[in-house]
Amino acid sequence: MTPSPSINPGALFLAFSRVGLSGFGGVLPFARRMLVEERGWLSAEEFNVLQGLCQFLPGPNVVNLSVVIGARFAGWRGSFAAVAGLLCAPVAIVLMLAALYDAFGAQPTAQGVLRGIAAAGAGLFIAMAARMAAAVRWKPRLLPFAVLVFIGIALLRWPMPAVMLGLLGVAATLAWWSLGQDAGGR
Amino acid sequence: MQAVAELFLEFTLLGCMAFGGVSALIPEMHRVVVEHHHWLSDATFVNLCAIGQAAPGPNVLVVTLIGWEVAGPTGALASTLGLCWPMSAVVFVLFRHWDRFRGVRWQQAVQIGVAPLAVGLIFSAGYFVGSTALLGASGWVFALTVAAANVGLRTLHPLWLIAAGALVGGLGIV
Repeated sequence: MTPSPSINPGALFLAFSRVGLSGFGGVLPFARRMLVEERGWLSAEEFNVLQGLCQFLPGPNVVNLSVVIGARFAGWRGSFAAVAGLLCAPVAIVLMLAALYDAFGAQPTAQGVLRGIAAAGAGLFIAMAARMAAAVRWKPRLLPFAVLVFIGIALLRWPMPAVMLGLLGVAATLAWWSLGQDAGGR
Repeated sequence: MQAVAELFLEFTLLGCMAFGGVSALIPEMHRVVVEHHHWLSDATFVNLCAIGQAAPGPNVLVVTLIGWEVAGPTGALASTLGLCWPMSAVVFVLFRHWDRFRGVRWQQAVQIGVAPLAVGLIFSAGYFVGSTALLGASGWVFALTVAAANVGLRTLHPLWLIAAGALVGGLGIV
């Protein structure tokens, strides 16, 4: 667990700048590859522990992960360097796309292209939800909560804080009880 | 200037509830940005979602795009920082103590309990992007085909699916 002295903010910036550009719609797998497999900065177990924390908390997971990794090796300067590395190049690219959108977005062909991309994007979200659903524990008990969230958020358009607080309380209590059942039942 | 401050505050709140990441926030961001503040139109919002998905990088970029369209460079900075700072601060303080409560029963219960909610949120984002883009029957058939391809063909890079979307959209098929 001794941090290597060679991992300074500059190295963190460079390493995370490659991660930031390597994926589309989520770069977490690439962060793992860089940290564990390519550079050996973390063991697989260490990565899983830190990733677990970042997925436990709300917020942009890969940004949270960059903060933690940066802090671990180089304190708050490391955190800033890692996040800056992660976001700099993608932000520059996306702002260029925004400028193109402002210039040409109103044209019919551009509108069509964007609608097609939105259709593909909707499909990718649905696929992501399906993969996440496959990993949910105690599916018969807990997947109905996914349906309730969909009804509340997408169909009824209720505010998210109320929906989440209410349902998370019930779902977490049910999971807490199920953990006890599993521990006591066998 | 007022819009920039409001962007920062609204995205600070959004950052605190983003269970399941930024994609899970899309319906709620629409409610805040389009329905409540009328900063953007429906069409612009969904176009920004599409651009965010087609661009390389983390999902958080859609937030940068929204800030940019609402209030230019300072808006982009305000929305991105607003979304990132609360949980960055929490995680910065917490990670040294994570071993102490990792795996205890309430922590496991929250982690297991939040997973199906995140599924519902991401599914809502998919439904929401599709319906806000005013997809017709052919559009939804294409979206579901993309979903099936992404789940079934793990080696197929999602960029190809996005490119296919751009193509069928540009040709006016969806």
